Amino acid sequence: MSIANLPWPVLRQLTGSDRTGRGAAARSRRTGELLPRTYTADKVVKSICPYCGVGCGQNVYVKDDKVIQIEGDPDSPVSRGRLCPKGAASLQLTTGSSREHHVLYRRPHGTEWERIPLDTALDMVAQRVIETRRETWQWNSEDGKRVRRTLGIASLGGATLDNEENYLIKKLFTALGVIQVENQARLCHSSTVAGLGTSFGRGGATTCLQDLQNADCILIEGSNFAEAHPVGFQWVMEAKARGATIIHVDPRYTRTSAVSDVHVPLRAGSDVAFLGGIINHVLSNDAWFHDYVLAYTNASTIVRDDFADTEDLDGVFSGLSEDEREYDTDGWQYKGMEMQSAAGERDKQYEEKQGSGREAAGGSEARGDGGRPRGRGAGHSHAGRSESHGSGGAVIHGEPQTDPTLQHPRCVMQILKRHFSRYTPEMVEQVCGVPRELFELVCRTLVRNSGRERTSAFAYAVGWTQHSNGSQMIRTASILQLLLGNIGRPGGGIQALRGHASIQGSTDIPTLFNLLPGYLPMPHAHEHEDLDAYVQGESADQGFWGDMKAYMVSLLKAYWGADATAENGYRFDYLPRLTGSHSTYETVMAQLDGVCKGYFLLGQNPAVGSANGRMQRLAMAELDWLVVRDFSLIESATWWKDGPEIESGELRTEDIATEVFFFPAAAHTEKSGSFTNTNRMLQWHWTAVEPQGDARSDLWFMYHLGRRIRTRLDGSTDERDQPVLKLTWDYPVQGSLDEPKAQAVLAEINGWDAEGRPLAAYDQLNGDGSTSCGCWIYCGVYADGVNQAARRKPGKEQNWLGPEWCWAWPANRRILYNRASADPDGKPWSERKALVWWDRDEAQWSGHDIPDFEKPKSPHYRPPAGATGADAISGTDPFIMQGDGKGWLYVPAGLIDGPLPTHYEPQESPVANPLYRQQRSPVRQVYSRDHNRYQPSGNEPGAEVFPYVATTYRLTEHFTAGGMSRWTPYLSELQPEFFCEVSPQLAKERGLVHGDWATIITARSAIEARVLVTERMKPLRVAGRTLHQIGMPFHWGSSGLSTGDSANDLIAITLDPNVHIQEDKAFAADIQPGRRPIGRARRDLVESYCRRAGITEQTGMEVH
Amino acid sequence: MAVVDVQISGFDNGRDPARATGYTEAPPRMGFFTDTSVCIGCKACEVACKEWNQVPEDGLVFTGMSYDNTQGLGADTWRHVAFIEQSRPMGAQITTPAQVADGSQPSDMAAGGGDPVRWLMASDVCKHCTEAACLDVCPTGALIRTEFGTVVVQEDVCNGCGYCVSACPYGVIDQRQGDGRMWKCTLCYDRLQVGAEPACAKSCPTDSIQFGPLDELRARADERLAQLHDSGMSEARLYGHDPGDGVGGDGAFFLLLDEPEVYGLPPDPTVTTRDLAQMWRRVGVAALALAGGVAAAFAATPGRAAGTGTGLGAGLGAGLGAGLGARLGAGLGAGLGMRSVGR
Repeated sequence: MSIANLPWPVLRQLTGSDRTGRGAAARSRRTGELLPRTYTADKVVKSICPYCGVGCGQNVYVKDDKVIQIEGDPDSPVSRGRLCPKGAASLQLTTGSSREHHVLYRRPHGTEWERIPLDTALDMVAQRVIETRRETWQWNSEDGKRVRRTLGIASLGGATLDNEENYLIKKLFTALGVIQVENQARLCHSSTVAGLGTSFGRGGATTCLQDLQNADCILIEGSNFAEAHPVGFQWVMEAKARGATIIHVDPRYTRTSAVSDVHVPLRAGSDVAFLGGIINHVLSNDAWFHDYVLAYTNASTIVRDDFADTEDLDGVFSGLSEDEREYDTDGWQYKGMEMQSAAGERDKQYEEKQGSGREAAGGSEARGDGGRPRGRGAGHSHAGRSESHGSGGAVIHGEPQTDPTLQHPRCVMQILKRHFSRYTPEMVEQVCGVPRELFELVCRTLVRNSGRERTSAFAYAVGWTQHSNGSQMIRTASILQLLLGNIGRPGGGIQALRGHASIQGSTDIPTLFNLLPGYLPMPHAHEHEDLDAYVQGESADQGFWGDMKAYMVSLLKAYWGADATAENGYRFDYLPRLTGSHSTYETVMAQLDGVCKGYFLLGQNPAVGSANGRMQRLAMAELDWLVVRDFSLIESATWWKDGPEIESGELRTEDIATEVFFFPAAAHTEKSGSFTNTNRMLQWHWTAVEPQGDARSDLWFMYHLGRRIRTRLDGSTDERDQPVLKLTWDYPVQGSLDEPKAQAVLAEINGWDAEGRPLAAYDQLNGDGSTSCGCWIYCGVYADGVNQAARRKPGKEQNWLGPEWCWAWPANRRILYNRASADPDGKPWSERKALVWWDRDEAQWSGHDIPDFEKPKSPHYRPPAGATGADAISGTDPFIMQGDGKGWLYVPAGLIDGPLPTHYEPQESPVANPLYRQQRSPVRQVYSRDHNRYQPSGNEPGAEVFPYVATTYRLTEHFTAGGMSRWTPYLSELQPEFFCEVSPQLAKERGLVHGDWATIITARSAIEARVLVTERMKPLRVAGRTLHQIGMPFHWGSSGLSTGDSANDLIAITLDPNVHIQEDKAFAADIQPGRRPIGRARRDLVESYCRRAGITEQTGMEVH
Repeated sequence: MAVVDVQISGFDNGRDPARATGYTEAPPRMGFFTDTSVCIGCKACEVACKEWNQVPEDGLVFTGMSYDNTQGLGADTWRHVAFIEQSRPMGAQITTPAQVADGSQPSDMAAGGGDPVRWLMASDVCKHCTEAACLDVCPTGALIRTEFGTVVVQEDVCNGCGYCVSACPYGVIDQRQGDGRMWKCTLCYDRLQVGAEPACAKSCPTDSIQFGPLDELRARADERLAQLHDSGMSEARLYGHDPGDGVGGDGAFFLLLDEPEVYGLPPDPTVTTRDLAQMWRRVGVAALALAGGVAAAFAATPGRAAGTGTGLGAGLGAGLGAGLGARLGAGLGAGLGMRSVGR
């Protein structure tokens, strides 16, 4: 017997090497045998974190069919094995006791949940869908155009789900004629698609997280990068360690600011002025990258003579119709070209081409009671089309006129100079509250770190997107990065930080009302429109969008298979038609108005996460039926029982007729599929264990729901049912649960040729029906029949871009527009910043990344006259999805609120716009109606009732509306209560006590929060007075382990007209010490504020 | 049996504590270097630790202490991120116009820019002291030094007596309510068995928590400190890295940006059992003297011999403890056959 095994420790102490008795001698048998539980795992399953859009790799350890541990995957080139607290809590999220595993049913007027079998519940839902669809079916719109749809059913959610699940959701609902299909992307980054898409040609981040390490300067604005994307932030820290300067511009000093080199506090909602000031600095100091700008942007293009700028018209552009609250954008276009505009305008031209004239204002179905939705997009049929720039910029026809000397007074460069001349450092001080010293420091730092040898990167998130001019905030950054020559280059670019695991994916394979997969627009209702007319109306002559017919026909083949033939127009007619905006916010109003009667919530919690939470809940109380699929009983599932309106007495459970079905959802460890992260990268995750109880994947739910609906409709000869019955819906299933094979869905998304062979790239797609492809931009993800998204070559064995780790669209390119990393001749601008280059010997493009350019196309290629499609793109045009191949400093088509960004005040602001007499965007979308009244702004009487600027945000410790964190003990204990952050000065002004309670009031609601008084909140000097800001995280609701009021209850529905994203990052509020009243008194308090401020139906509805 | 090479009365400074406790073929001493200058306060370490070690949630309490609702290390918190908000600049960081040196006249607003702020974040953990008082006082042998030089509680041995709680100079080890036993960071002793790094260090997004051989970490820390000093961060300092300090240096040490007290750390921690050996020696002498006196007294009083035995036993035990510097004496006294509190 060895010493270590002596039974009595004292014997070991006396006879062994450990005479101290504190070490070897004292070890117990258990200690001696200790091994990590992962060591004996039966298997390690590769997975991806289900929280934010960074997409950290995870290893899931399984023993005896149970997940015993989840850790970071060190092989991932993005995360390198690290996880944030949420990712680290995924074990508790997926295996904890907070998950509900039973199907629950709340019958009409019921006061409690009842358990019912999954099978029964699914049948009931299938029956409800069929019935509601039949009752609410529309063949034609009010003005007689074919729409083939129902507005009676809506669906919300998808950004937390797999691409394959989103694909089935969109496919089934589209076949059913359900058009109100939306997800978190509408609320989070829809303006990114419009902002980046119109500037560069694609609506995704131009770079990948890892490449931030190559930046010499990183400007983080509109994002709390370190808190919301901690693991992605490692690349900022890496850049900092290499000597980069990190600048954080944000209303608050946050955890991001704490490790930055510079923090600039600014007023929430003033970012266009701040960035516009930098643009002015760059232009007036001749600090722009001349060779880059001249060759790669539209700086030299000449704009039409009738264009008038905000400088000429005191804050508005030419073409404004105040009555219609919309711009006629024709006058913004390039001179002397037959313009094919984009967004809504593209569709308008369809009408002109077809000779049927303009449509009358439509969208009445979604219109409010006495509160006519105002603004472009809401009342018109051309809404939301800017998002079709997700892959493919706005379309132009013809050769633009240019002046390479940039002296022509109507060339873009000169217009730009005039437009931004007003954005002086003094103006930035006035608007943003940023002292000149800090502002100029940012200007100098950016300029010093841009050019041939150096690059600067921008990172933003919803601090820019969620405004009534969110698209234009992103546009401002895009202009600046083009002028500095930072797009398409290592360490440059614009990183749009995504906040859900697959919110990029749910935009690419959209569960969005206005898009089909791959940013193909949903067709609008027109007279006699067929496939060819649609393609003619939507496609471009030049650039890669020119092959749109091939993409569309291949999609129709994926949907309807053999039934889609040339003779029947590939069943184009089976697609339902839009007649306006049908975004989630219009859907809420349609629910209140009794138009929308059935609602699916698929991993989304609008009762907490959407603007005007009270209105969301009141709308749900009008539904006939509601289906909620989630992990736990979130607020959107239980509002009828314990929502704030039950507490206040506004609603009574017994009076609510809504039938509620709760279906427990499977976790990411319980299903296979792909998430698309913020790098546009599809990352496959595999099933580790089967879901327990009634929990099922959304793939399972949609597939089996579709199957049951089809069974019920079987034999129907009703034309309405044919799209459902003829839909290809025969996915192979596996396992005891009959789970559809996600890989089979991915294969359909990728597409195949006539012989069923997987396609390798979208240039193989044809418009003659010989190819099928469910999402053309994802074509190649299943090349050679291999799941490319499942590739896991360790990051350490590759260059920093990790090209063999999973698969990114387009065509696995990791840095977009990388042709711009080389000069017009194809040589890198500098060795230090080399990425791709023209290899003369091989006569092709080569480099560290896959060229985002036709590989054999020489830098010296010039398109022959009349060239179309890709052939029309010259060898020096890096922005290949744009009709002219250029980065757009000026957007001649594609945005409906202006060709250039202008600072407008938020809908509700205590500040009168110091820049122009025009207070707000004249074409913002506003909806004054019950529950959604607006407050006076600026100098209007009553504005002083709401004197403070308020903003909302995320914390590291929680996730969006809380469904994946407030039920998780390890996360809840880290931030257990809702709080607000205020400066000591504001605390003094209002008598707020640190740690005590405060009540925050707007015209919509009054909520209470614990008070954090902190020096990190700084009062600002704005327009000659001191301005205080109130910060509030938006994660809380009335259920879960950690509860609190919802910040979103304060916020009105005001939308960006391009994309219908809500303005929740800047609004006006009052704050008072103490807790809010309860019961009826809560409404009384809000109403007293409305009276004091003189709020009426007209308040805030002015065009100006 | 391996050659015993143990200095009975305590360790030399910087000496490998694993070898000193009988691990003759010990691997390099492993530890943590927590560089708080790159901490982003995300608390991944707190959660990763809890997930791995299955530490219970311990209270949904809003504290108002900046973003710190964890409050401190304890039986159910083995990693704790402290948040400290201060009105002073962070090195060369610029947060106010007055800090911008561009030679121009300050603007009207420059004066209104307020004071600079900074926000310190630091992830605290058990220090795994070279001279660990918890280990010294543990009468059951539950607390041990491991082959990696770390200090762990053996949960199958601990009886919850709590001596270690008052002995820890950092206030780390703590009793779990409803369980009774003592719990603290094990530096993921189980994971170390297979060469895996501790859960907190693995998850840390910015590598603020670094794990590795202590020698390497100390060298890395010196380098990092010099780098920060060069960049003007003169307030940066190392804490717990010095083998000459009152605990013989920590196995888990820190780079701090302010005085340790600011982070809730003792400025000059000392092993609380430092004087015990001397105390025991004095006790022994006193006991022997007492025993002698008692014996003499009883010698003059026949028929009370039982008391003599008791006195001798106590004297012997204490004497052994003091004389050998081992645990035997107190261990015998405690009836568990191990350990003493002598040094």
